[in-house]
Amino acid sequence: MITFQLINMKKELNDNWDYSSSLEAINHIQLKKKYNLFIDGKWIAPSKNTYFKTINPANEETLAEIASASKEDVDLAVKAARKAYKNVWSKMLASERAKYIYRIARLMQERAREFAVIESLESGKTIRESRDVDIPLACNHFFYYAGWADKLDYAFPNRKIESLGVAGQIIPWNFPLLMAAWKIAPALAAGNTVVLKPAETTSLTALKLAEIIEESGLPPGVVNIVTGFGETGAAIVNHPDINKIAFTGSTAVGKIIQKALVGTSKKVTLELGGKSANIIFEDAPIDQAVEGIVNGIFFNQGHVCCAGSRLYVQEGIAEKVIKKLKQRMESLYVGDPLDKNTDIGAINSKEQLQTIEKYLKIGLDEGAEMYQPKCTIPKKGFYCAPTLFLNVAQSSIIAQEEIFGPVLTIQTFRTVDEVIQKANNSPFGLAAGVWTDKGSRIFNLTSKLRAGVIWANCYNKFDPTSPFGGYKESGFGREGGLHGLSAYLKLS
Amino acid sequence: MKIKSHTSNKIPVSPSIDKVGVEERVARFQSRSIKNEAKKQGLNLVLSMIDLTTLEGKDTEGKVKQMCYKAKHLHDHFEGIPQVAAVCVYPSMVAIAKNELRNSSVKVASVATGFPSGQTSLALKLKDTKFAVEQGADEIDMVISRGKFLTGEFAYVFDEIAAVKEACGKARLKVILETGELVTLDNVRKASDIAIYAGADFIKTSTGKIQPAATMQVTYTMLMAIRDYYDETGIMIGMKPAGGISTAKLALHNLVMVKEILGTNWLSNEWFRFGASSLANDVLMQLVKIATGVYQSNDYFSID
Amino acid sequence: MSRIEVLKTYKIFIGGQFPRTESGRYYTPLDSKGKALANICLSSRKDVRNAVVAARKAFGPWSERSAFNRGQILYRIAEMLEGRQAQFVDELMRQGSSKVAASNEVNLSIDRIVYYAGWCDKYNQVVSSVNPVSSSHFNFSSLEPMGVVGVVAEQSTSLIGLVSLILPAICGGNSTVVLASEKLPLCAVTFSEVVHSSDVPAGVINILTGSPEEMAVTLASHMDVNALITSNLESQLSNKLSLLSVDNLKRKFDYEVNWVEKDKQALHYISDLQEIKTTWHPIENVGGASSSY
Repeated sequence: MITFQLINMKKELNDNWDYSSSLEAINHIQLKKKYNLFIDGKWIAPSKNTYFKTINPANEETLAEIASASKEDVDLAVKAARKAYKNVWSKMLASERAKYIYRIARLMQERAREFAVIESLESGKTIRESRDVDIPLACNHFFYYAGWADKLDYAFPNRKIESLGVAGQIIPWNFPLLMAAWKIAPALAAGNTVVLKPAETTSLTALKLAEIIEESGLPPGVVNIVTGFGETGAAIVNHPDINKIAFTGSTAVGKIIQKALVGTSKKVTLELGGKSANIIFEDAPIDQAVEGIVNGIFFNQGHVCCAGSRLYVQEGIAEKVIKKLKQRMESLYVGDPLDKNTDIGAINSKEQLQTIEKYLKIGLDEGAEMYQPKCTIPKKGFYCAPTLFLNVAQSSIIAQEEIFGPVLTIQTFRTVDEVIQKANNSPFGLAAGVWTDKGSRIFNLTSKLRAGVIWANCYNKFDPTSPFGGYKESGFGREGGLHGLSAYLKLS
Repeated sequence: MKIKSHTSNKIPVSPSIDKVGVEERVARFQSRSIKNEAKKQGLNLVLSMIDLTTLEGKDTEGKVKQMCYKAKHLHDHFEGIPQVAAVCVYPSMVAIAKNELRNSSVKVASVATGFPSGQTSLALKLKDTKFAVEQGADEIDMVISRGKFLTGEFAYVFDEIAAVKEACGKARLKVILETGELVTLDNVRKASDIAIYAGADFIKTSTGKIQPAATMQVTYTMLMAIRDYYDETGIMIGMKPAGGISTAKLALHNLVMVKEILGTNWLSNEWFRFGASSLANDVLMQLVKIATGVYQSNDYFSID
Repeated sequence: MSRIEVLKTYKIFIGGQFPRTESGRYYTPLDSKGKALANICLSSRKDVRNAVVAARKAFGPWSERSAFNRGQILYRIAEMLEGRQAQFVDELMRQGSSKVAASNEVNLSIDRIVYYAGWCDKYNQVVSSVNPVSSSHFNFSSLEPMGVVGVVAEQSTSLIGLVSLILPAICGGNSTVVLASEKLPLCAVTFSEVVHSSDVPAGVINILTGSPEEMAVTLASHMDVNALITSNLESQLSNKLSLLSVDNLKRKFDYEVNWVEKDKQALHYISDLQEIKTTWHPIENVGGASSSY
C-alpha cells in the first residue's frame, strides 16, 4: 500500500487560455440516409426489410439507417463469394489480384479525410485518432498486403500453398475501419473471397469501404458486406459453405464461436480480450513512461483489446510516477470527438458506458481508491473521465477482468521476478509494456512474459508488417506481417 | 509569486530521456488546434514574450536604436498591439539601448561571458558580466562551458554558473545551454538541472549562432526540468527557446507546451521568452488576418 | 499545312536535374532503317563522377526512409509510367520494336515496378533472422543497403533491361548510377522524366547515356561506388570491369538473364545488393522466475 502527497497544483493548470473549440469540417462528407447490404457487387435490400438506426455516441443523434441481414441474406452473400471465388478470383493471376488491392489502398488514401470524419461520428473516437492513426494504418494495411499476393512462395518456402475459399469475418466497434482492413486485406492477398460483418454500432466505414471496392472495379462477390447484430454473425459462423472464420471481439463470444465450430472443417482465428500489464522499473525514462501509461489506457477511450490496463510500478518510484500521471491527466480533454483538441472522446455506446460504470462501482466496493481529474463532461452523449484506481491488489476484480474503458488499476512491485509472475498471472496474454533503461532487462522480460506483443519503452505501436495477436485466452492466430498470411492459406 | 534567491551545492541526478518517446509527446502538442479567441490571445501573448535580438559583429548605434524603436512600436497601424518583452544586445550596446528604452517597460538583456563560444577565462567572463550590469542591463544571457560539460566536468560548469549569478547582482540570469552542441536530450536535461540548481533564473536553449537551435523536443525537455524543480522546491524558473522559431504557428505550439506542462502561471513574459527576430512580423500578419479576414504581405510590415 | 512538331532534346539525368553532358559531345544512334534517331549525350567520366556525388548524397536520406514510404514511391513510378504508355511504345517502335513487342515490354516494365514496390517492406522479414546463439544473448541479423550501386544496363533492350536492374537496387534502399544502352538510349532518358515526376528524391536514380566502354570503366574503378551490376555484357569488358572493381572490393554481379521473361523478377535481385548486419545484446536472467507457474 502506498501513500502519496498531493502537491498543490490544481490552481495552476488549465485555468486560463482555454482552447477555443476547433471542430473538424464535416460538410464535405457524403452519407446516405439508408444503407442496404453489399452483396455480389450490388446494393440489395435485406430480405426481411428490417433496418436499424446507428447513432453518434457523442450526442445520441441518428446518423443513418443500416440494413439488418437475416440468415437468408448471409446465405446469398456466401453464395456470391463462392461463385466469385470459383469463377474469377481463384483463377486470376496473383499479380493482377495485387493490382486490385493496390487500387483499394490508393482510393482509400484519396478519401481519407471523409473516412476519418465518419469514423469519429459513428464510433466516438476522436478525430485526431481517426485522422492520424486509424485511417492511415487502414490504408497502409491494404497497400502492404497487396504486395504479398504474388510473393506467397517466399513466405512459406517448401510448402504447397493454396487459398482457402470463402472467409467469414466478424469485427468489433473499437477500430472499425482498421479492423476491416486487418481482415479483408490479407484474405484477398491470399486469394480468398470475403463475407464481412461489421459491429452493429459501427457499420458506416465498412459500407463506405464497399463503395470504394465498387469504384476499384474489384469483381463482384469478392468482398461482401452484411451488416447486422449478433444473429447475423451467428449465421456466418454456422454457414456450411464457409472455409474460414476470423473473429475479433470479446473472449466470451470467441468461446461461443469456437464451440460452434467443433466438428466442422472450418479454420478459425480469434483475437479476443486482454488485461495487459504495463511495467515501470526504477530506471525507466520516467516522463516517457508516464506518457506510455497514458497512451496505453486513455487514448481511444481505453477501448483497446491490448490496453495497458494494469499498471505495475516499482515501489521506489511509485509515488513519483503517480504524481506525474495525475499531472499529465490534467491536460487530457474529454469532449466532442470532432473537436481537434479532444483527447478522450465518447464511449461507443450506452451499454459499454454501463459496463464501465459497473466496474467503477465494483472498484469502490472493493476498497480501492479512485481518482479522476476535474473535467467538463458534455451533457448529452456517453462519456467517462479518465480514471485511476490506487491501492489495488492482484486479487481485486478490477485488476482481473477487462473493463474496456479509460480505467487504470495501479499495483506496486519490488523485484523483477515478482512482477514477471504477477504480469503472467492472468488468463489473458495479449500484450505487455516494459519500461526500463537497461537493455538486458528488456530482453529478459520479453523472453519471460506470456504475451503475444511486448512493447519495450513504448506502447500501442502498430504497423502492417508487425504480427499482432495473443497468448492464452486472448486468442490465437496473428494478424499483420508475413505471419498474418498463414491464417488465410492452406499449407501442406 | 516572489522569486526566492537560491543556490544549492547539490547537483541532482537527472532522469534518462527516451528520444522517440519525446518525439511522440511533442507530436501531440503540435496537433493541438488553436483557433479564434484562443488564437488571438495566444498571438498577443507571443508578441509580449519576444526578446528582439541583434548580435552581429557589424552592430552599430544606428542599428540598435532602430531596433529599440521597433520594440516599442511593433505596428502602430493597429491599436492594442503589445510591446515586446526585451531587446537583447552585446554589452557594448547596452547603454544605447537603455537610453532608447528609458520610458518604456521593455527590458534590456545583454549577452556576456564571452558570447557565443565562452572560450575564455573565468575572470574575463565575470568582468564581461559586471560591465554589462554596470551599463544598465536588466538581464544577463550567459553561455555554459560546453567543452567542460561534454568531458564530464559538471562541478566546473555548476560553479561557473554560480559565480556569474553572483556577478549579476540584481540582474536576472539566463543560462544558455547551446543545446545544438550538447546533441542528446539526456545532455540537455542534465545541463538544465545543473543550470537551475546553480542559480539560473531562466534557462535558454541556444545562442542562435548554430543549428539546430530551439526544437520542440529540446524545449520540452527543458520545461520538464523546470516542472520537476518546481514540484521539488516550489520555485519557478523561466524558459527561453531561442533560434528556429520563425512562425506564429510554431510559437503557439510552444505556448501549448508551456500551458500543459507548467500551467498558466508561466504564460507571461516574466517566465517565458522567445528569442527571435523574424517571428514578430509573422505574428503581426496573423493578427491582422484575424482582424481583417485577409491574408497579408511582407510589404506592409516594417523590417528593422 | 500540317503543324510543326517541337522536337525533343535528349539530356542526361543527374541529381534530379537534366543537364547536358559537361563534355558537350554527342553521338547519333540509328534506327532499324539507318535513319538518325536523335542526338544523344555522349557522357564523360566527369558526368559519371558528378552522378556518383549525387548518388552518395541521396543515399543517406533514401536508406533512412521507412520501407513503406519507399514502397509508395516505387508504386508511384508505376503510376507515372502507366500514364505514359503511348510515349514509350512509340519510342520503342522508333527503335525497332514491333507494336506488340513494344506494348508487352512497357506493360511488363510497369508490372515489374509494381512487383518490386511490394517488396520494399517485406524482404527484410523474409531474409532476416533471430539467431539462437548458445550464450545468453539476443542476436539478430538484418539487411542493410550497400550504398551507391553502379548499373550497366544490357545493350539489347531500351526499357525492360534498365527497369529490371534499377528497381531491386532502389527497393533495397540503395541509390544508383545507371548507364543506358548505347544503341537504344531513348527510353532511358524518357524513363528519367518518369522518375522525376514520381516523388523519387533527387540523386536516387541517375541516368547517363553514351559509350559503355568509356563510362563503365570510370564507374568500375570509382572508389566511392559500393557495388556494380551488369547484364549480358560481353566477357572481355566484363572481365576488365571485374579487375577494376577489386581496388575497393566492390560487390559485382553479372546477370545473364533474358529480362523479357515474366518470371525474371525475384527477391534475390534485392538481397544481392544488401549487406547483412548481426547485432548482439545480453539477456539478463535474474531470479527464479520463468514462464512456468
